[in-house]
Amino acid sequence: MSYYFAMIGTRDNPIYEAELGTFKQGGDGTPKFSAEMKELNPFIIHSSLDIVEDLQWATNSLYLKIIDNYYGYYVSAYVTPTNIKFMLLHENKNEENIKQFFIEVNDLYLKTLLNPFYSVNDPIKSTMFDSKIKLLTKKYL
Amino acid sequence: MNLGKNSIYEKNLSRRNSEINISSLSFLFCEMVSYCHSNSKSISELENKLNILGYSIGAKILELNCYRENILTIKKQLKRELKIIEILQFIHTVIWKNLFSKMADELEKSQDIANEFMVIDNNPIISQFISVPRELKQLNCNAFVAGIVEGVLDAAYFQCTVTAHTVPRDGHPLRTVFLIKFDPAVIERENIRYGY
Repeated sequence: MSYYFAMIGTRDNPIYEAELGTFKQGGDGTPKFSAEMKELNPFIIHSSLDIVEDLQWATNSLYLKIIDNYYGYYVSAYVTPTNIKFMLLHENKNEENIKQFFIEVNDLYLKTLLNPFYSVNDPIKSTMFDSKIKLLTKKYL
Repeated sequence: MNLGKNSIYEKNLSRRNSEINISSLSFLFCEMVSYCHSNSKSISELENKLNILGYSIGAKILELNCYRENILTIKKQLKRELKIIEILQFIHTVIWKNLFSKMADELEKSQDIANEFMVIDNNPIISQFISVPRELKQLNCNAFVAGIVEGVLDAAYFQCTVTAHTVPRDGHPLRTVFLIKFDPAVIERENIRYGY
């Protein structure tokens, strides 16, 4: 199974994106998207942003659960209090784990944000952040 | 590059005692004001510079306080503030408490103008050692705090401008009113979503 994870800034700009592979069920942690899907992933996520923007004023929850689907793929979303959107494209439903994943990513994002050299909407380039996300994938997805 | 254990991602976000020395805070703020003052030609420019300094802190404060308040406590609830009155109450209690270890004194809605709200602090901490000279009479150094409030509200998608005004009252010569003027679009959204 493969996941596509993106963090979207307040101007609908991607600040971080990654293709993640599962370690569960014999997976080796490498994403297995076909060449076609690789190109489609950002578009699917981007097309779901309108739904997020509508939902975020309808519920005061941070975790919006599965908000959209696309030919067997699901899109889950999480909105931080400062309206940074975390989007995850996945193949099977696993709400509780995805929720935990999002909360831990929120933690990492907050630590990035508290860095005085980082300002809102900057792309996150830290390799440390990247490897932390990989660790979380191993733990939850 | 291996930053190992000292990386920012290894630090713990919960902190029980967040108090710092009032003297070091005042000294730092004093330097900020005099730096801005030396670079500006008018009072409004000086206030604007202080406002901008505060603004960048706002988003960080909001994210941090929501996280500490909701996720790190036993409640473990995942929630954001959606209504004007809720986000203002959050600023009035939680954010003020974390910034100044006290709650703001009053929270008021303007009677005449629908999109104006006021947060009032009777004795603002950061300006308590600042004596404003006569030629700068209009100046209120709490423009910095107004900037923080504006940053918080903007980050939460409540676009607004915030200004600080000195409105003395008996026994509280430094009493400061933070006037929050919301964008008409915010009021409109509130009306459509929650229908008043």
